[in-house]
Amino acid sequence: MNSPLLRVKDLTIDIPVGGGTLNAVRGIDFDLNRGETLCIVGESGSGKSLTSLALMGLLGGRIKRTASQMEFDGIDLTKANSKTMRALRGDRMAMIFQEPMTSLNPAFTIGNQLMEALLLHRNVGKEAARARAIELLEKVGITAAESRLSQYPHQLSGGLRQRVMIAMALMCEPELIIADEPTTALDVTIQAQILRLLVDLGREMNMAMILITHDLGVVARVADKVAVMYAGELVETGSADQVFNAPMHPYTRGLLRCIPQPGKTERGARLGTIPGIVPNLVGGVTGCPFRTRCDHAVAACRNAIPHRKPAENHRFRCVHETGHQTAETVV
Amino acid sequence: MSNTDTTQPVLELRSVSKTYTVKQGMFGKPKPLKAINDVSISLKRGEVLGLVGESGCGKSTLAKILLGLEEPTKGEVRVDGEVIGATDRRTLARRIQPIFQDPYSSLNPRKSIEDIISLPLRVHSIGDSNTQDKAVREILDIVGLPQRVMRTYPSQMSGGQRQRVAIARALIMKPEIVICDEPTSALDVSVQSQILNLLNDLRAEFNLTYLFISHDLAVVEHLATRVAVMYLGRIVEESSVGGLFDTSGHPYTQALLKSVLTPEAGKGVPDTELGMEYPNPIAPPSGCHFHPRCPMAMTHCATVPPRPVPTPEGHVECHLFDTENGHDTGTPLMREGV
Repeated sequence: MNSPLLRVKDLTIDIPVGGGTLNAVRGIDFDLNRGETLCIVGESGSGKSLTSLALMGLLGGRIKRTASQMEFDGIDLTKANSKTMRALRGDRMAMIFQEPMTSLNPAFTIGNQLMEALLLHRNVGKEAARARAIELLEKVGITAAESRLSQYPHQLSGGLRQRVMIAMALMCEPELIIADEPTTALDVTIQAQILRLLVDLGREMNMAMILITHDLGVVARVADKVAVMYAGELVETGSADQVFNAPMHPYTRGLLRCIPQPGKTERGARLGTIPGIVPNLVGGVTGCPFRTRCDHAVAACRNAIPHRKPAENHRFRCVHETGHQTAETVV
Repeated sequence: MSNTDTTQPVLELRSVSKTYTVKQGMFGKPKPLKAINDVSISLKRGEVLGLVGESGCGKSTLAKILLGLEEPTKGEVRVDGEVIGATDRRTLARRIQPIFQDPYSSLNPRKSIEDIISLPLRVHSIGDSNTQDKAVREILDIVGLPQRVMRTYPSQMSGGQRQRVAIARALIMKPEIVICDEPTSALDVSVQSQILNLLNDLRAEFNLTYLFISHDLAVVEHLATRVAVMYLGRIVEESSVGGLFDTSGHPYTQALLKSVLTPEAGKGVPDTELGMEYPNPIAPPSGCHFHPRCPMAMTHCATVPPRPVPTPEGHVECHLFDTENGHDTGTPLMREGV
């Protein structure tokens, strides 16, 4: 087995705030192989977007990032200076953001923005860059690609803008794509088309992809690997099949009970809920961050939480070996 | 809420249309945009009508008309049999109240929660400050917020708590109808389920009627009793929730249902077969507005607008179901990109 494209060990992100330090991400580990899709799923404030920004070296100067290992294809990202990171970004690793209207520059044409990365990273002329831009716009399913090059972002619909964002990320054939909520702002029909496109292109180009989302439906359909994030920690990781069909962590099970599942949940029946709120992460977080909202919490949840491994590639963190204290009543 | 007659619709739209005039470019000729095109809906007390469709289909315009914020160009809206427009805004506001999508922008950040919730009472001069205070405390209890939040401000609350405040503000007037415009789409899943449960409980307790606008079909299926599917200002299919989700007819409804990503691992992303983007509402396609994206389109779909065809529990607007129009004469139409 080859070494993974991306290996992250013990990634920690601290943000200095008025009253001390916000421990936004605490000791997360994951590996990603070429051609694989990892979905990081979690609710707002769980640290999933910070994690992706940390990988790209895009955190603000005040934010402190540490890791015992963070390697991209043998390059140590913890030691990489800004020049190395600039050379990687847009070339070998690229990012797709949630809101295409705010992440495209309204003052430049689509063509201009598409060609920028290629002209910057590769020794190609304008003609070649233009040809590549047209090729990629066609690949992401945009008709009349050539005429789009001279258009500005406001002249395109939301779905088209997101396709342009994808084409832009693909210009240099990156080995890793990080997509942060790429379909959240889109209609369901367009969402399905964009996700299909990402999955197909990823397979075709053997790209690794990290998809950040709060939508469990998207995760189930797209992910090879799933990482469930809660309050800055990965509470459960595994294959999509393991996490959705044999969820171990009480938070994962709680989330799955919260959403109405067509064909499974009885129409109009009460949905499951997770009582309480996310804990304050300012100043030393100890024990399990979910314990204040967990039905299975015991005194030991205040101490260090063991890593459990119920199956190959399936991990979760809980004091209970089975993720339960007592049997749960299934709603 | 003395009206216990269950046959009389509490809310009725009769052939409602809303046309805007949109200028195209600086010197362009103004063109009509039919945001709502001859829509009829009838809702009985206690029903929840889920309204679904892609952005730009006219869902929000319909909500504005119902709230009296926009006047229909044609047709009439009746609440309890009375035509609105003839009744004034104040009377209407006592009967119909909204809950909006974004609890961050729909609450005034400079007012305390007590002020926000009691404002409708003060506007309508209902009771004195004592009874208003009591009413606010009662409604906080009903929506599951502690009394101590009365003195706090929206910025001190979480998204879920803010949406509870918005619900409290809507319910303090004891309305009959609540228009919920994407009430949970800005919320996290664990909070969404709490708000959906609350809306369901409140409906049962106060016999409320909801118009529930959402792009999340799983949520609509869960909460609604009836569902209307909108496309370019027309309701192309309407049915009971069972009728629509179990045996949907219109190809557009089927495509929408197909695009729902249920959390089932290993199923992959479905192909909606919708081909093209949502059309420009200023220049809607001829014939059946849906024909350029329809996988079942026949030749006459491009020229003849479909009529509403009655179904066991509602109606559908599609030539496939219009036997008198003779769909067997049609031949499949080639679509772009298929």
